[in-house]
Amino acid sequence: MLQVKGVSFKGILKGISFDVRPGELVVITGPNGSGKSTLAKIIAGVEKSDAGEIIFKDEDIVKKDCTERARMGLAFSFQQPVRFKGLTVRDLLKIAASGSEAFLDNEMKEVDGYLKKVGLEPALYLDREVNASLSGGELKRIEIASVLARDAVLSIFDEPEAGIDIWSFDNLVKMFKDMRKKNPKRAIVIISHQERIMKIADRIILLENGEISAHGTPEQMMARIGGGLK
Amino acid sequence: MMDLDKIERDLMREVSGVTGIPEGAYNFRVNGKSIGRQSSEKINIVPKTEKSGIDIYIADNTHQEIVHIPVIISASGLKEAVYNDFYVGDNCEVTIVAGCGIYNCGTDDSIHDGIHVFHVGKNSKVYYIEKHCGIGPGAGKILNPTTKVDLGENSYAEMLLEQIKGVDSTRRMTEADLAKNAHLVVKERLFTHGKQSAESEIVARLNGQDSSADIVSRAVAQDFSAQNFRSHIIGAAKCRGHSECDAIIMDKARVNAEPALEALNVDAELIHEAAIGKIANEQLTKLMTLGLSRRQAEAQIINGFLK
Repeated sequence: MLQVKGVSFKGILKGISFDVRPGELVVITGPNGSGKSTLAKIIAGVEKSDAGEIIFKDEDIVKKDCTERARMGLAFSFQQPVRFKGLTVRDLLKIAASGSEAFLDNEMKEVDGYLKKVGLEPALYLDREVNASLSGGELKRIEIASVLARDAVLSIFDEPEAGIDIWSFDNLVKMFKDMRKKNPKRAIVIISHQERIMKIADRIILLENGEISAHGTPEQMMARIGGGLK
Repeated sequence: MMDLDKIERDLMREVSGVTGIPEGAYNFRVNGKSIGRQSSEKINIVPKTEKSGIDIYIADNTHQEIVHIPVIISASGLKEAVYNDFYVGDNCEVTIVAGCGIYNCGTDDSIHDGIHVFHVGKNSKVYYIEKHCGIGPGAGKILNPTTKVDLGENSYAEMLLEQIKGVDSTRRMTEADLAKNAHLVVKERLFTHGKQSAESEIVARLNGQDSSADIVSRAVAQDFSAQNFRSHIIGAAKCRGHSECDAIIMDKARVNAEPALEALNVDAELIHEAAIGKIANEQLTKLMTLGLSRRQAEAQIINGFLK
């Protein structure tokens, strides 16, 4: 469903090409500064590449902005969650769950379930403002919940493990496994350093110095990555 | 309701939430006249004789009562200054819903100057809600609210002052004197668009020991509108004062914020903050990745900001 062809960006990314097929969970990993986050943002439309094509659902989306890509079914979880002034968790999740057409029609859907999936008790969080009064871990989990609420065809998570401390890491891994089981035709891309997330991937792509230096199944890649990445 | 036309009824609902005869005491002023007034057992509303306005006497120990005193102007060119004095007894807990809506489709400016003075007794809690808006294609809709509060010992006042849309010019003055252990919370929300102008001045004098004031102004200035804020907290005793002005500036608008603090006592703890900026790009981006257009994202952010 996703074909990235020759994507380059300012010397940080040099001719990146890879595919993601329906039903796959692909993990992109690599040392800090290798360009992983930038690549994720380029696919989501948050950054613009200098060259290359990005084919999503058989369309080249390079000229489409992030709104259009989101409406096509692409969701993105930020590494650093955004803070607002006045918007509550309920507001954010309702916007995420409603999609733009439903939003215009003023239809809203229930959002409690998405909070429960990330280990947050809805009654305690729905009316909280999405600002610095929430801890880093809480903001991160709400960010992930907002992507779950998109129910997207392709979900991209940029280092979902960063900031998760209280909520056990196992729950995060379980959440990804459940996502896959629930929607076998969807795809998930995760930027991650975590071995436990890499182990549940169908394929792992190793990015080093802006280039794909290796890719393969977890079995093939773990040997290569070894103790180099935690 | 009470022989109001549709525009007047809609305005009434918009500024005060009133859609029929409310429970408790009320006074409805439409086009310069009271069209409905009702006192309750503990809240007595008496019209002034020497000038326009009412005196509202709230007896000691009045609990959980709401007074509605909305004002509507739909006659073009009407100009009025209305003086309302509130005498809140001791040990009370009351809510006062004010609000003024102007509809103007004519060529003369319509102006409402509302001067509200509160005398709050000991141990009492007052919740005051005031919403202003203007509608109609005609000439000026001008609303100038003056709010003065005298807070007695151990009393508490929470004031929500909102100007939601359509007001062409406003000069707002809010002044408070706080006695020992009195506490004031002011939430001001201001939205200007087109070529509107808004000036807001807030002065809080913390005269009594352990008094506190928390004043937060949030504003959005769009198009070619202009806003000026001045806040002044004076700590004359052991006290805590916080003044915050947070503004989103858009398009070709202008915003000027001047928070000021004056400490006259070594135990006065005073903080002021002012921030003016455009809508943060990252906030827009996040909402756009959730499927909203840039415009929709802006509207959501502004709505949340002014809530």
